[in-house]
Amino acid sequence: MIGIIDYGMGNLKSVENACKKLSIPCMISADPDALNQCEKLILPGVGAFGDCMANIREKGLYEKIIKMAKTKPLLGICLGMQMLFEESEEKGLTKGFGFLKGRIIKMETDLPVPEIGWNELEWNQATPLQKELSDHPHAYYVHSYYANAYENEDLIAYSMYGDIKVPGIVKHGHIMGCQFHPEKSADDGLRILQYFQEEV
Amino acid sequence: MIKKRIIPCLDVKDGKVVKGINFVGLKEVGDPVELAKKYYEQKADELVFLDITATHEHRDTMVHIVEQVAENIFMPFTVGGGIRTVEDIRKILRAGADKVSLNSAAVKNPLLLQDGAKQFGDQCIVLAVDGRMREDGSGWNVVIHGGRIDTGKDAIEWIKEGVRLGAGEILLTSMDADGTKKGYDIPFLKAVREAVHVPVIASGGCGSLVHFAEVFEEDAADAALAASLFHYGELTVTEVKEYLDQKGIPVRL
Repeated sequence: MIGIIDYGMGNLKSVENACKKLSIPCMISADPDALNQCEKLILPGVGAFGDCMANIREKGLYEKIIKMAKTKPLLGICLGMQMLFEESEEKGLTKGFGFLKGRIIKMETDLPVPEIGWNELEWNQATPLQKELSDHPHAYYVHSYYANAYENEDLIAYSMYGDIKVPGIVKHGHIMGCQFHPEKSADDGLRILQYFQEEV
Repeated sequence: MIKKRIIPCLDVKDGKVVKGINFVGLKEVGDPVELAKKYYEQKADELVFLDITATHEHRDTMVHIVEQVAENIFMPFTVGGGIRTVEDIRKILRAGADKVSLNSAAVKNPLLLQDGAKQFGDQCIVLAVDGRMREDGSGWNVVIHGGRIDTGKDAIEWIKEGVRLGAGEILLTSMDADGTKKGYDIPFLKAVREAVHVPVIASGGCGSLVHFAEVFEEDAADAALAASLFHYGELTVTEVKEYLDQKGIPVRL
């Protein structure tokens, strides 16, 4: 069972729909005890970094998630991925979970911000995930900030937005993150969720 | 590299996809969920559903459609039409839509953009603007109600204000180009692009493959929207993307 963490932010329904399509048992919950019964967790998120972290703390989930993530595989999606890092510069410096080294910073580019749309994933290292996806996998991104100063070995795949190398998939042990929305990235996106279920 | 997006638009009335010019002589063209699946298979990059249902009691029909679409296709989609309050936005997003587009409701109550962006994030608030060139040619005015009412507001100024309030994307329809099939309104789109830094979706006027290429070659938009071309099977999304790829325009194939 995958537990989708409900802290009042994010398109939880779409993540649930994608899991159902893949016949992955899942539940949406804000209850730490119920989430603790699950083998794996997904942390979704949209909106502003500070608001998301504040909501998690208000719901008493911050320490609980840190504790559960010691043993349970965790997948952060979009803002949920950003929260896996140490801190974010969005609207003043806010602390994240710090499961991965790095800081979330604003995209500075002549291209439109937010980045909205499909971008090609490029591999930063050999990974078993590569053979699961199509030859030119694309993923759907919506974001104005991105991860910087991360550990290179944590970076699985990235996408170029102008000159910016945007970390797309990161992984540190059993902690995984996608800056894009796998649940909205058609077949390749669904295969990434499948990979998290089967291999992480 | 980020790809240019092709977006079929589906006008939905009382639960059915319809097509007509200026909402007169509407013709039913199909079931929204079935059409969404068809465009998903053709690798459309996003979908826009515009609810043109006039009566309030059919609003829940739209929420139900959104739920069904979200269960069947795994791609982003936007819902517009009849969204007037933060509660309306919440309902549509909870049902599984990724973005809402706000048009006349935002003109009447600009704070809806701000409140929506604050609660759900800039990325899910699309400001839809219908514009028409002023008679003296000095610029474009915002029009509402299918172009029947000229608000007297300057479109570029309104778009700047909308982005300041929190809109994360602009869906620009040229009422001068709409229905003509003579191509997108490049000067209008470029004026918007110069004014704001958020992505711009071009709408109105597309009649053939070359029009898609033109709007991207001119760097006038990040995405191109079309409706009747796709619904009547004149072109498939696949055909459009293969054509653009041959022209060297980055698309997701």
